[in-house]
Amino acid sequence: MPASSDSGAPAALSTPARAGNPGDRVWGWGISILGGTILVVAGLVLLELGRVAAPAWEHLGLVKFLLSSDWDPVQEKFGALPFIYGTLVTSAVALVIALPVSVGLALFLSEMGPRRLRAPVAYAIEVLAAIPSVIYGLWGLFVLVPWLRTSVEPFLQRTLGFLPIFKGPAIGLGYLAAGVILALMILPTIASVTIEVLKTVPPALKEGALALGATRWESIRISVLPYARPGIIGASLLGLGRALGETMAVTMVIGNSPEISASLFAPGYSLPAVIANEFAEATGDVHIGALAALGLVLFGITLVLNGIARLLVEAVGRGPKGVRA
Amino acid sequence: MSRLRWRKAVDLFWTVVSGAAVLAAVIPLASLLWLVISRGAPGLDLGFFTSLPTPVGEPGGGVGNAIVGTLFMVGLASLFALPVGIGAGIFLAEKGDGKLGGFVRFTAEVLSGVPSIVVGIVAYGLVVAHMKRFSALAGGVALALLMIPSLARSTEEFIRLVPQALREASLALGVPAWKTSLRVVLRTALGGIVTAVLLAVARAAGETAPLLFTALNNQYWNSDPFQPTASLTVQIFNYAISPYEDWHQKAWTAALVLLLLVGLLNLFARFLSRNRLQGAPR
Amino acid sequence: MNAAQEIAPVNSPLRRSVHVAETPAPRSPDGSLPAAPLELPKLKVEKLNAWYGSNHALHDVSLTVPARSVTAAIGPSGCGKSTFLRCLNRMHELIPGARAEGTLLIDGKNLLGRDVDPVELRRRVGMVFQRPNPFPTMSIRDNVAAGLKLNGIPGNHAEVVERTLRQAALWEEVKDRLDASALSLSGGQQQRLCIARALAVQPEVLLMDEPASALDPIATAKIEDLIHELKERYTIVIVTHNMQQAGRVSDQTAFFYMGDLVEVGPTEKIFTNPSEKRTEDYVTGKFG
Repeated sequence: MPASSDSGAPAALSTPARAGNPGDRVWGWGISILGGTILVVAGLVLLELGRVAAPAWEHLGLVKFLLSSDWDPVQEKFGALPFIYGTLVTSAVALVIALPVSVGLALFLSEMGPRRLRAPVAYAIEVLAAIPSVIYGLWGLFVLVPWLRTSVEPFLQRTLGFLPIFKGPAIGLGYLAAGVILALMILPTIASVTIEVLKTVPPALKEGALALGATRWESIRISVLPYARPGIIGASLLGLGRALGETMAVTMVIGNSPEISASLFAPGYSLPAVIANEFAEATGDVHIGALAALGLVLFGITLVLNGIARLLVEAVGRGPKGVRA
Repeated sequence: MSRLRWRKAVDLFWTVVSGAAVLAAVIPLASLLWLVISRGAPGLDLGFFTSLPTPVGEPGGGVGNAIVGTLFMVGLASLFALPVGIGAGIFLAEKGDGKLGGFVRFTAEVLSGVPSIVVGIVAYGLVVAHMKRFSALAGGVALALLMIPSLARSTEEFIRLVPQALREASLALGVPAWKTSLRVVLRTALGGIVTAVLLAVARAAGETAPLLFTALNNQYWNSDPFQPTASLTVQIFNYAISPYEDWHQKAWTAALVLLLLVGLLNLFARFLSRNRLQGAPR
Repeated sequence: MNAAQEIAPVNSPLRRSVHVAETPAPRSPDGSLPAAPLELPKLKVEKLNAWYGSNHALHDVSLTVPARSVTAAIGPSGCGKSTFLRCLNRMHELIPGARAEGTLLIDGKNLLGRDVDPVELRRRVGMVFQRPNPFPTMSIRDNVAAGLKLNGIPGNHAEVVERTLRQAALWEEVKDRLDASALSLSGGQQQRLCIARALAVQPEVLLMDEPASALDPIATAKIEDLIHELKERYTIVIVTHNMQQAGRVSDQTAFFYMGDLVEVGPTEKIFTNPSEKRTEDYVTGKFG
């Protein structure tokens, strides 16, 4: 990396340790303390989470907690399974919908769309990202859910009703509604990362394909997409991570029922949603502890997912082993 | 030749498909924005901004306390988040290439991945559990925890964007390193940092989940940090999930207010950054 | 006969499955073949103009490229020689705001016309780029066959892969590892791979944009030898900033300067006795 650059290449010039200058030392210590503060903060976060969740560990076993599907605070029964299930199912539905749409969006913006439309569409993606979650929930509750209940779900039942995921009464609220809303919310995440990934593809690759007589789509198919694939997977994982932690929009449309169902039309629950609904009025340290333990589970899953995602996105930036054209 | 025509048809097909993807994203967005505006606007009058919420069935009422509460808590959050977040960013930009720097960066990365509801639990444990009551302070702490990672990352980026040549020029004039960092580099990066702060504030103003069991809610005006406080987002949530039609209407109007607030902050941030870039000599 | 011709017999189905425009040898009026084959123009450029937005990059360029010959385009940086090359396979118009006007006749048909599909043109006019750009996620074999698969050219792809790799003087080095990733090759090998890939679709004209500038001298020499062999079957236009290279490989040289085609003629004449003063100044190194 160039030592001096006007193009913004990030090279840190550390404050040199000058023997004589007290100001430098004060500055050095000062910013180190500030940097260390964030470590303290992070430590506090982890400690606190552990502490609040502790009563639950003592009361229940880890395995039983994770695998039981019985959630009855009154009788002090706490099984996390329905919420883990709901979180995973809604996030999976969201990903299935959002991934193709995001890649299509990204391709439109960087390759296939008319240039004049690129700026407005990019702006629309930014707007999507900035809308608060509770407003998505509001729209979801009063617009999406009725539409699902009256149009989409009956249609799916008529055509694909033999599939177990489309059985049961169509009330609008449920896994499907939550999945669709989540898809809308993670679209900007996946699309913007995918756009960045597409930008790292060397243009010479596309030119090579075009020079062979490929159409524009063909050049994308054989040169751009294979190169970008790990990064697109990384983008999806980042989107998935966001979907897992999303609270308000899901709470408002999922139906809040701690039951496990195969059908997407059925109401369900998710890890963030149950915490949001029950925490404020939770009685007893065990109940609170159990909810906090759910939070820990959620945090753990998100952490692993984000870690893998970052590695994948960085791998694309470095290019496949060998030549970077 | 017909093979070529087939291939061109395939090319056209995929172009249309990508266009359909754009529609799939834009149509819901347009629907959402349109509905918030069209359903929210009828209830929007000056009174809405300034009154307290009224019980069900009573006309009038507003979200005045919620607006103030949101601003209050975001302000509190900024008190904590700005020094810690920007400070960490400065540290990462100046000394971030070593082992400690790597560790700090990793920590900021991890913190940014904490789901907002979990942040709420942490703030609960730190503040509510000890004080044995819900409070605006707890809400502020939760929001601060959310703002810190993005502030750190953005600050580091903006400082690193300052050209090395500027730093070298200052050092060559005999200005000590610490003053260079503070008065030259930081000042140049300030515009970008302000933008980052505005965006972090906008995001915090739109948060709901962590406030649900830290600041709870409040039907009255409150300026005491040790008492529960209303916020726009929680108020919208409560109105929306209630069974009352007129409260649903208020939910839309409050949503419009929130959208205006967040939108203005974002637009202002965008305006600032564009101005900054245009001011640079070509 | 070179190695390539040894492999593909004249009447093999491989040869017939692709339209290869062989310019027929001209006959004298009494029907007999002349003693020395006359070079008919393969490529004829008339009044080619190119713009990048409002920047007029090429002014009224006209030249003729005989079949099965090598034409070199030389000139200082920014003179328009690369722009010229890219107009020949309409890659120039891929840049936003760029356009080209004029006549580009290949075997008599104007390929810059609106009714001509650039996709089709690019199958007939192949290109090798300055830096090797093999498809990194494909094997060596798949790289060479990429153009065949895209264009849906039937026939035995394995034979074509072997034939073109031999033509590109790469077969011996890779015949045992055709499934290896294209990136496992050295820079020079990758460039020869790209040449094989371009040849696989049997273009009539091969464009080469400073093909050896990113390579070491030994690899460069191999590429130059390759060009000598290739010109027995293909018409080649090569852009180079290396005048000695132009002198070594080309039959005819075109000197570009600031968007104008200053002079074009037999290579020897251009380098020893040019007609234009600007040409003389450039080839004697007075500027560059």
